[in-house]
Amino acid sequence: MDFLRPDTFAEALALKAGQPEAVPIAGGTDVMVELNFDHRRPAALLDLTRIAELREWSVADGVVRIGAGVPYVRVIEELGDRLPGLAMASRTVGSPQIRNRGTVGGNLGAASPAGDTHPVLLAGDAAVEVASTRGTRLIPATEFYLGVKRNALRPDELIAAVHVPETRAPQQFSKVGTRNAMVIAVCSFAVALHPGERRVGAAVGSAAPTPRRATDAEEFLTGELVATNQWESPKPLKDAVKRRFGELVAKAASPIDDVRGSAAYRKHALSVLACRTLGWAWQDYTGKVA
Amino acid sequence: MRVNVTVNGEQRQADEVWEGESLLFLLRERLGLPGSKNACEQGECGSCTVYLDDVPVCSCLVAAGQAQGREVRTVEGLAQGDRLDPVQEAFVEAGAVQCGFCTPGLVVAAHDLIRRVPDPGDPEIREALAGNLCRCTGYEKIMDAVRLAARRARS
Repeated sequence: MDFLRPDTFAEALALKAGQPEAVPIAGGTDVMVELNFDHRRPAALLDLTRIAELREWSVADGVVRIGAGVPYVRVIEELGDRLPGLAMASRTVGSPQIRNRGTVGGNLGAASPAGDTHPVLLAGDAAVEVASTRGTRLIPATEFYLGVKRNALRPDELIAAVHVPETRAPQQFSKVGTRNAMVIAVCSFAVALHPGERRVGAAVGSAAPTPRRATDAEEFLTGELVATNQWESPKPLKDAVKRRFGELVAKAASPIDDVRGSAAYRKHALSVLACRTLGWAWQDYTGKVA
Repeated sequence: MRVNVTVNGEQRQADEVWEGESLLFLLRERLGLPGSKNACEQGECGSCTVYLDDVPVCSCLVAAGQAQGREVRTVEGLAQGDRLDPVQEAFVEAGAVQCGFCTPGLVVAAHDLIRRVPDPGDPEIREALAGNLCRCTGYEKIMDAVRLAARRARS
């Protein structure tokens, strides 16, 4: 096995082009588990932790660009005001030790259907910046997840950053598990209000082969809120509206029975999560407008 | 491969390190520091917690090669010679040690909490230790130990 230690991102891309089978490693919270348990014996590891530029974040034109090497703890401490949903999801990741090491870039690289940040990235219109020696492209989160632990990266590409529109509008994330810490989500849900566009984003995690948007639920609620003039003069949402939203969110999922939960439970739990988180987000919005 | 790393203030070197090896294995099996414990090897239990460049991490999830040129502080590096760190003393006094396997990781995690948060409330202590499992389930004594250590650190 080779252990490749680039100091710059350009160098990392050159190494990846020369050895596309090299497995990138940042926080190691997924890759090292596979190595420790002999589930994976890659020809090479490509250590990204020496690359200073991957650990930076910046803001331009209302979009936060988070380098692939920024750990969750910094998303929580430094970006909670600009990216409330992503910070909220980051707080639920693993434990302090895991949040000190794990990165949003790694969550995207692993592309587990249960990854905590995915629903938030989908609901919040994020895009993934991927790069190779051939150039850079921006993949909308909606086109990034292709299957169970499969993403849209080509073999010579690395994740450079994730772009997330900053917002002061309410966002919520919630997940179900057996305890607060160290939980792989049984199912998870994110909702993002987009008052500027009079639109709602919603996405489910750990309830289908990939994280996915709940588009019927989004359209139903978006239509309902516009039809009742709620963005201008918000009122408490009717229970029937929240319930219908929850039903449509559950319908967007195609979960399986596994050790963490049954498909039926996941659908039920998703409808509850959707109903609750929407209630919280809307209450927050009502308070902001009033 | 060769790995050079500063451990508990000392420059250390190991040869013939396997590229897929963890920092935990390097510490225990090559550098003779068995304080950090090997249990779950998947970041669940926290018994291998060490400082890496002053940040608490699960050493089982750090590739040994990633520690090249960096500074590691293990539980062995907390005491000053024969004088235990106040967190270690508090664990002894509070009886927060049963079988002792989780203790090194908990001590490092608690050490980090107390230097960051001088007066942690119970929810903060629980949150800070959420990544460390004690299978003897001696959590109440562990809570006592952290409260005691924090109180002493303030006075």
